[in-house]
Amino acid sequence: MAKNIQSLERAAAMLRLLAGGERRLGLSEVASSLGLAKGTAHGILRTLQAEGFVEQDPASGRYQLGAELLRLGSTYLDVHELRARALVWTDDLARSSGESVYLGVLHQQGVLIVHHVFRPDDSRQVLEVGAMQPLHSSALGKVLSAYDPVAHNEVVENERKSFTPHTVTDAVDFEAVLDLTRARGWAADVEETWDGVASIAAPIHDRRRMPVGAVGVTGAVERIREDGALRTDLVAAVRDCARAVSRDLGASRF
Amino acid sequence: MTDAHTTGPFIAAIDQGTTSSRCIVFDKDGRIVSVDQKEHEQIFPKPGWVEHDAAEIWTNVQEVVAGAISKAGITPADVKAIGITNQRETTLLWDKNTGEPVHNAIVWQDTRTDALCKELGRNVGQDRFRRETGLPLASYFAGPKVRWLLDNVEGLRERAEAGDILFGTMDSWVIWNLTGGTEGGVHVTDVTNASRTLLMNLHEMRWDEKILQSMDIPAAVLPEIRSSAEVYGVAKAGPLKGVPVASALGDQQAALFGQTCFSQGEAKSTYGTGTFMLMNTGHTPVNSYNGLLTTVGYRIGDQKAVYALEGSIAVTGSLVQWMRDQMGLIKSAAEIETLASSVEDNGGAYFVPAFSGLFAPYWRPDARGVIAGLTRYVTKAHIARAVLEATAWQTREISDAMTKDSGVELTALKVDGGMTSNNLLMQTLSDFLDAPVVRPMVAETTCLGAAYAAGLAVGFWSSTDELRANWRRAAEWTPRMDAATRDREYKSWLKAVERSMGWLEDES
Repeated sequence: MAKNIQSLERAAAMLRLLAGGERRLGLSEVASSLGLAKGTAHGILRTLQAEGFVEQDPASGRYQLGAELLRLGSTYLDVHELRARALVWTDDLARSSGESVYLGVLHQQGVLIVHHVFRPDDSRQVLEVGAMQPLHSSALGKVLSAYDPVAHNEVVENERKSFTPHTVTDAVDFEAVLDLTRARGWAADVEETWDGVASIAAPIHDRRRMPVGAVGVTGAVERIREDGALRTDLVAAVRDCARAVSRDLGASRF
Repeated sequence: MTDAHTTGPFIAAIDQGTTSSRCIVFDKDGRIVSVDQKEHEQIFPKPGWVEHDAAEIWTNVQEVVAGAISKAGITPADVKAIGITNQRETTLLWDKNTGEPVHNAIVWQDTRTDALCKELGRNVGQDRFRRETGLPLASYFAGPKVRWLLDNVEGLRERAEAGDILFGTMDSWVIWNLTGGTEGGVHVTDVTNASRTLLMNLHEMRWDEKILQSMDIPAAVLPEIRSSAEVYGVAKAGPLKGVPVASALGDQQAALFGQTCFSQGEAKSTYGTGTFMLMNTGHTPVNSYNGLLTTVGYRIGDQKAVYALEGSIAVTGSLVQWMRDQMGLIKSAAEIETLASSVEDNGGAYFVPAFSGLFAPYWRPDARGVIAGLTRYVTKAHIARAVLEATAWQTREISDAMTKDSGVELTALKVDGGMTSNNLLMQTLSDFLDAPVVRPMVAETTCLGAAYAAGLAVGFWSSTDELRANWRRAAEWTPRMDAATRDREYKSWLKAVERSMGWLEDES
């Protein structure tokens, strides 16, 4: 294993120290607790202060945790919160499209299905919450790969398996697919993951415009396509749904 | 919502609820076209007292109707009927000549009639009128509230006996005003609302003269009892002028109707702050020996009435809120699932949230909340799991009571309400009930039920079969727990319930 960066380790130790019991500590207390020279400790504290991770009380000169840390912690969107916000919109999408609806988020090297609405017919269907879909071939996965840099890293670094003759596996071709996805704001999967099955998906953004998930419809390829092209009304309905959920999460109109 | 709707026709449903009034416009497929909503003030004059300003409510109802119609971009000609659903048991008396309420409405949660109910029970106790009404003598039903108003508002009894005063639950108030108020408004209530007054004979569907005498309520104040789905009159003014007012159902009964529980043995459970579970028992009122209420489910026109058993759980969603607000263990209600999912099981912990005693099927006011089975191993994640399991076990207890009373096994449970977005809870519910749990595609089942009943009354929909065909399954959870585990866990839960009882020593 490569050697870790010492000053980062010391900074982390300081944050832990300030997060524990006392909460407000003077420079000499920090330095002695961590066995550092005062000058070294001061340099690290000042850097953390400049980044907003540490604040210094003007009266006492003591240090405490900064507001930036709280902000970092709260940027994480709980997937169950996402489902709760998406519920009415995804129900409506299933109803208007007549197809099943899936909501997915990035999880490790794939798409984790966090919400699933049945196709509105009387057929027996099984709830697929908790199932995984591939990042490179599913519509949800392409959307995440196009908009979320972490998903993009996963998808370029890992093997892109061919599931059907239509699966795009070549690196250059795949980047072109992602470019197209970003350009038009949605992605499709026409028999690239499962034979006979097609999907259309669009991104969900939070109030910081961070991509937090993707929502889409999935159905038999002959229903999702019309005269050889993806149905434009379905594309519009999926994008409307994604925008509605994004708005519910506080994203501004776009 | 997400796509262009058809041009109509439509049904408008008004939901006069405890915290807000809403109007939703539905199309023929039962899809939502537009929604408008307005909250009203909760008035707390004393501890335990809760009131609403009925004039404010009527103003809000007019505004949300106008709002929903304008958002939908439609005209009165496109609306075939208006349906009403309402907070149940909330009681109002008003002057029929001026249209002015004589007092704020007394809300169902209000406990000012506790002592009066004890007194009315005489030597028999709270079951004095159960045979006739299906209900225990308790403060949330309307009858004792009427009596309190007659006794406590200066000169009211004389005016009531002279025939100048009208009584109604919120359905009656909205319908009377919609159909003209002092200018010929119709004074009616439907069987489901009447069945919550403690004044209606459940078997004959009429006001019970003996009970009226016992409670000392003059018959002159009472509305006419009508079915839940028929044309009571037409709207006299406002954005829906000329449209028939064609249904009224108490909110929980409306949800039963909206979930299309039209066959005996079908049940729905609504998961909000508290939980209400109703089971259709067909054309006969089933007496409960297990602490449930017997009530009218609905009555369509001159068809036979359909009855229901009802069980309520006081603390379900509010327990999750408690974990968020009082304990600070989660930041949002949805996060309870994240925390609970981080462990495989409850770690041996059981949470009985008897914050204000145990309701059905125990009815033990002396009980208080307990967390049982704690060891050093238990983490906050296990407690989160125990919180969700508490809702599921309490549903199981109500379901068991319903089976005992009715002899009908639950085949599937239809669910609605905010907590249905919690996947782990829904799976746990299915595991504990050992039955499928099904969520419909339209979450607004209460308004939908009122719309359905109104639409049936005017022939917009032809039959309950057509409504059933409109019902769409959005999700279904099926049991995954093996019987041995379920039985063992249930036994532990019951032990925990046992430990919550008898905490208060001065009551029993």
